[in-house]
Amino acid sequence: MSIRGNGGENKTEQRQLDMSQETLSRKVVVGMRQGLHARPADLLAREARKWQSRIELIAESQRVDGKSILEVLTLAAEAGTRLVIEATGPDAQEALEAIGHLFERNFNEYENDNKQVF
Amino acid sequence: MKFSDFVADDAIRATVVADSKEGVIREMTQSLVDAGKISAAEFESIVKAIMKREDLGSTGIGRGVAVPHTKHPSVDRLVGAVAVSPKGIQFESLDGEPVRLFFLLVSPPDRPGDHLRALENISRQLRDESFCKLLISAKGPAEIQHLLEEADVRGIVS
Repeated sequence: MSIRGNGGENKTEQRQLDMSQETLSRKVVVGMRQGLHARPADLLAREARKWQSRIELIAESQRVDGKSILEVLTLAAEAGTRLVIEATGPDAQEALEAIGHLFERNFNEYENDNKQVF
Repeated sequence: MKFSDFVADDAIRATVVADSKEGVIREMTQSLVDAGKISAAEFESIVKAIMKREDLGSTGIGRGVAVPHTKHPSVDRLVGAVAVSPKGIQFESLDGEPVRLFFLLVSPPDRPGDHLRALENISRQLRDESFCKLLISAKGPAEIQHLLEEADVRGIVS
């Protein structure tokens, strides 16, 4: 999982200005056996809304607003689905790290605890 | 997945009597029993499981819509009920708004994909605000069923 910037890499003042619209992206895989169902979609949208940047989730043919649970649910992302998270804005990097972390932790779902719960 | 793939025709209620979260969940679960989709013997167990899921976080997903749900070993296919509360029910929704439109889902434990596709369909259709409004103001179950059928057809076209 790498964080890749589309903008320049030199740390100048100019870059600081550009950063407000810089788009960063990160690849993630849905690790939960139940897929990206209502609860993780809620956690994801909540986390995304904490950040100023625009957050989008991209599946094969779909691009949705990561701040909306309704939009995230329309991905119907099953276990193993590969997604790209894109963040555009001044706190894009922090937002990607925070959201990427949710995927790394499988949204805190553990098979044994939550076997019966979507 | 279309509405007609999981919504039981006889489990559509245009005006729920309940005015609480548990009340509406009970009323909708009962509508599935009445429709012959779940066994009366499992009623309490299913209500308990749905309430347990709500304890983990409300399924009120915003825009006046909630999707209470659970897996349950007593069903062998995904079954759903639809209900409207014209006055709205406090559901601790994500956006804090009262809920007027409910989709209750009970699915077999080994079919997480079906559950996801039902959620997908519901959330995709409900992005259309006028569709939500029409469902909420529907005059009876037949009108709700008709609106869902129309949405199914629209879903195939788009």
